[in-house]
Amino acid sequence: MRYILNHMVQFSSTRLNTSFAALSDATRRGILEQLGRADASITDLAEKFDMTLTGMKKHVGILEQAGLVATQKIGRVRTCKLGPRQLQQETAWLEKYRELWAARFDELDKVVEELEQKEKIHGRKK
Amino acid sequence: MDARSESDPVKNRTTSERKSERELVVTRTVNGPARLVFEAWTKADLFKRWWVPKSVGLTLLSCEIDARVGGTYRLVFRHPASEQPMAFFGRYIEVTPHSRLVWTNEEAGEAGSVTTVTFEEKGGKTLVVVHDLYPSKAVLDDAIASGSTSGDMNETFEQLDELLVALGATA
Repeated sequence: MRYILNHMVQFSSTRLNTSFAALSDATRRGILEQLGRADASITDLAEKFDMTLTGMKKHVGILEQAGLVATQKIGRVRTCKLGPRQLQQETAWLEKYRELWAARFDELDKVVEELEQKEKIHGRKK
Repeated sequence: MDARSESDPVKNRTTSERKSERELVVTRTVNGPARLVFEAWTKADLFKRWWVPKSVGLTLLSCEIDARVGGTYRLVFRHPASEQPMAFFGRYIEVTPHSRLVWTNEEAGEAGSVTTVTFEEKGGKTLVVVHDLYPSKAVLDDAIASGSTSGDMNETFEQLDELLVALGATA
């Protein structure tokens, strides 16, 4: 029942378009997946995805604009990691997830209350 | 949510937490004994009355539950923005009456999580803990990322569906 949440969770964002464009490319999704496992330099990523440095810089730039990736230059190496947006997304998603479950449990309360009422009238089954 | 929820009597608090890289946990206390709460989780005619709250905008087309060890469940939904109904299915790994349920989520293939629900009765109330264990950090990250970007714009819904499939395929 995993993906249902993704249909249920409605998260509107003004940055949706940037984000969507950023995620519309298979390589960029791969980069995010990679960074989800460990931080990496542009050079690492370029090698991993069999690409030129220039090509990789472009992809990382698009992800950075969407807030999905953050980069930091230390010496001559630019290190990439998941961006602040990713963390905000997680917090927002968890709240939506909580709201979904709260709504579910509100309905469950009613069902259980009704079962209790029935028991009071008819006695316990078994 | 809305003003109504504030004026409603005694609604218990629901919590959600990413407990680790691979785990999500939801908790809530339900006002009623564990045997009745458990019944509402394991009988289709009761389960279908609460699992899909109206606010969600999905229609439950069918709901089959065979809550025995090795038994299966299958839920089919329709979303107004999606032509194809969506099916969610899996198998019960553990069914311990009134205290514990474990099932698999197989619609996502190998990316599927395992859900464990425990019911703990105290003073006529039942603490319900829903625990989802994902196969890897990347799978849970993906689920969160795709959920967060699937905004409320209907025209992008189908595209996003495709994206979810793509993400699932690369996971």
